[in-house]
Amino acid sequence: MSQAWLPLATLATSLLVVPVIFSLPEGAWRVRTALNLGAALLKVLLVAMMVWGLYQGQSYQFSFTIVRGVNFLFQVDALGLMFAGLSSLLWLATTVYAIGYLEDSPNRKRFFGFFSLCVASTVGIALAGNLFTFLLFYELLTLSTYPLVVHRGHAKALDAGTTYLRYTLTGGLVLLFGVVALHVMVGDVTFGEREMLADLGPDAHGLLTVLFLIMLLGLGVKAALVPLHGWLPRAMVAPAPVSALLHAVAVVKAGAFGIVRLVYDVYGIGLTYQLGLLTLLAVIATVTILYGSVRALAQQELKPRLAFSTISQVSYIVLGISLFGPFGTVAGLVHLMHQGLMKVTLFYCAGNYAEELGIHRIDELNGAGRRMPLTSIAFTVGALGMIGLPPVAGFISKWYLGMGAVQANMQWAIVVLVASSLLNAAYFLPVLYRLWFLRGPSHGVGEWPDERHLGRLETSGWLIWPAMATALFSLMAGLLAGVPFSPLDLATFVTAEEYTP
Amino acid sequence: MIEWLGLHTAYSNQFSDSLLVLLVLMVPLLMGGVAAFWRPQRRWPVSFVILMALLTLGLLALFLLARQILEHGSQAWLIELGPLALHWRANGLTLLLLLLTQIVTLASAAYAPAYLKSEVGRGGAQAWLWPLQGVLTTSLSLIWLAGDLLTLYIGLELMGLAAVGLMLLPGRMEALAAGMRYLLLALVGSLAFLLGVALLLGGWGRLDLAGLAMLAEPGPVLWVSVALLSAGLLLKAAAFPLHAWLAPVHSSAWTPVSALHAALVVKGSFFIAVQLWVVLVPEAKAAAWLVGAMGGAAVLWGGVLAWRSVKLKDVVAWSTVSQLGYLLLGFSLLIGTGPTVAAVAWEGTWLQLAAHSLAKAGMFLATGNLIFSTGESHVKGLAGASRRMPLSLLSFGIASISLIGLPPSGGFTAKWLLLHAALEAGYLPWLAALALGTLLSAAYVFRVFRYSFVEDAEPLDYRRVPWSMEFFAMILALASLLLGLVAEWPLLLLRAPGGEP
Repeated sequence: MSQAWLPLATLATSLLVVPVIFSLPEGAWRVRTALNLGAALLKVLLVAMMVWGLYQGQSYQFSFTIVRGVNFLFQVDALGLMFAGLSSLLWLATTVYAIGYLEDSPNRKRFFGFFSLCVASTVGIALAGNLFTFLLFYELLTLSTYPLVVHRGHAKALDAGTTYLRYTLTGGLVLLFGVVALHVMVGDVTFGEREMLADLGPDAHGLLTVLFLIMLLGLGVKAALVPLHGWLPRAMVAPAPVSALLHAVAVVKAGAFGIVRLVYDVYGIGLTYQLGLLTLLAVIATVTILYGSVRALAQQELKPRLAFSTISQVSYIVLGISLFGPFGTVAGLVHLMHQGLMKVTLFYCAGNYAEELGIHRIDELNGAGRRMPLTSIAFTVGALGMIGLPPVAGFISKWYLGMGAVQANMQWAIVVLVASSLLNAAYFLPVLYRLWFLRGPSHGVGEWPDERHLGRLETSGWLIWPAMATALFSLMAGLLAGVPFSPLDLATFVTAEEYTP
Repeated sequence: MIEWLGLHTAYSNQFSDSLLVLLVLMVPLLMGGVAAFWRPQRRWPVSFVILMALLTLGLLALFLLARQILEHGSQAWLIELGPLALHWRANGLTLLLLLLTQIVTLASAAYAPAYLKSEVGRGGAQAWLWPLQGVLTTSLSLIWLAGDLLTLYIGLELMGLAAVGLMLLPGRMEALAAGMRYLLLALVGSLAFLLGVALLLGGWGRLDLAGLAMLAEPGPVLWVSVALLSAGLLLKAAAFPLHAWLAPVHSSAWTPVSALHAALVVKGSFFIAVQLWVVLVPEAKAAAWLVGAMGGAAVLWGGVLAWRSVKLKDVVAWSTVSQLGYLLLGFSLLIGTGPTVAAVAWEGTWLQLAAHSLAKAGMFLATGNLIFSTGESHVKGLAGASRRMPLSLLSFGIASISLIGLPPSGGFTAKWLLLHAALEAGYLPWLAALALGTLLSAAYVFRVFRYSFVEDAEPLDYRRVPWSMEFFAMILALASLLLGLVAEWPLLLLRAPGGEP
């Protein structure tokens, strides 16, 4: 049975909020908050319904013709739902966080309007059923994030926005060329119709390789693959909730998700392997992982360190899919979720330190664990997860990556994994050490850069609860990995579909 | 391909049959007259009632005409005026263009009363705006309907004179200068056109396109006449390198006039050129390639000039030059490229024309509003404008999505089709032109937005923009945006019997 309304309604929850927010006056704080939270909750509910339906064997499809041979297609599959689930969950958390973070700051109407549009685009990306629809929302994402990146409106933010546009619009254009060329070659490719390209035969392999590279180039800009990552550290000037969303689910993830779609659902892992492109992906991923980690090590400020860490961590996803075999696939897919949960937690915490204590540099963090214990606990969970310590979710990712490397007979990937884990430890552990073990202003040594008392707890409740929630989720995703509906379970479900013809 | 123009249709010379088409042509004139007599901005109840009645009549006639065409295929009429016989015909393409003309003219006419009242005051010869707009609409409709060179010439001359009249309305010195320059150019263009027509008449003794298509043989006479006709038309269409007159004309004209001119008047000449080439020299691949190369140059040069413009209106005006370049690229893909490529390019070209008309009219109206509300005509003057989030800025943004060609706009779908055609035809330089055009248009649009996001600018004194001015700018912009998603509807019109590619 096909129920077209459910994916559409999921998109509509965030898309229809946009004009309403824009038409509300700037001062209508309560209405806007209620609207944002209500829509976010509704969306979590709708996605949960789709997950449930998918496990029951239902299929959801919605399509109409744009021009001859080109269709707008929404199609719900396990992979898309994973991404939609992540985006809806993190939207809820980030909305709460953003409400607290932006309290009393100007231009909140503009912010929340584009924020909703940004989330609507990620939902569209998740539910897109072919490359055309994917591209449509991929570009919409670029447009809707620009106002968020330049939100602060000072010269640095505006320059970062310009850089961001240069990278992403060019990337989108390159992707467009690839998609159109593929259309000219074989017509509309619905995600999952992998045999279409495989059936073209060896004559087409040269052209297919070129097209893959073109599309990879387009997607790699958003996925921040080295050397296309230049925009990401600069985009750090955006407000904390935007950085959190950009790194965890929106832009960077959209790129990574696109690469996953390209490999598994357009070319098919078999054909990609045959063309020798998996090796290329593995090399790119390795370079990006190591480069990102090394650069992160050199950063003196918290947010840039997290930014370079994102560059490195997102490439685990690419590394996972480049390992031919089910374990590698599981690793890549599960990390798509895990990295989102952990990274969003870290960004919330970084935002909390900045808001409450005015801390931006790492060496200002001494003893902050005593002043802000809850935030620091959440940060610790996220950081340990990134390093890959059990029982946090990151461990599961790295475990499967290791198994995937063995299965694919690419033992050198384990060396990369170990090296990068050591680097992760090298740039996160000193931060944790400063947080918990060094004496700082709360022990009477020195002063916080700009201390404010935002709430009854260590800071405003709006800021703490989202961080605690996502930290808890990161823990649970690791502890309860074997339970149905956990990220690992979903990833295994997707992988089973991929490898059983 | 000539059958797509619907020229070879049996003529009916019954007066009763031509009643509908005469109504479609006459109603705009009548409305212009009525509005001049009872001016909408002063005596609006009277004029509103009469205008609405007339409008209903006109739209009803158009609707009935559409039904005839969709059911029975193209229609053609022979209008005999003494010794002269005028050939008119209407097919799906004609319908699309008629509809577009009505939408854009009505929106800009509905915008005008509030504009005249608040911006122009009592100055200028405002009463003339209405009849001139009526003449303009009628002459455009005549061009869309014309099946012979005589009607085309009449339409072209009327259109040019009405446009000059509209330009002169502000009555200021620079408006007079710009208007007179425009008149001179239009006359030169007409002269070239007339010479071409004379050569054709001398060579084959007839002026109807269907007849010429059958009789005209390749040879120096045909080539010289087509060259003359094209030169005249391209001058009027502001095609590169004959574009320099365009921007000065817009900077002094009234906003609704600029909108009409950029959206429709330049398109009229383009349409005639396409039609003549398809009829007279359908195999002139090399010459068409040259026109395409001019288009590519226009895309780039117009984009660069728009990017470098100091004044807001100049940005919009130069962007017209750039966008017309896309049309010329589409044009070159129609001539001598084979049926499959031409079919895609045919749809892409007309979709681009429609999308650009709606977007550009919307953008001009929005620009007028921005200038009106901030009192600043320079791009820099918009610094900080987005703090108030004026609706016009949003309209400007939505229209520019279509101009850049980002999804889901009409500009995007058109670009998709043009890319498709260019790839299939192997016109690789065209791909580069489309790509650079996209990036340049993003550059000039986001330059405006960059200023609007500046946060530490001096607060501007805002004037409230009358709601009708905001509303109609928004409607046109939204129409251009949504056109991309529903592109199949206008394209279905093109495929109506007697016009299908």
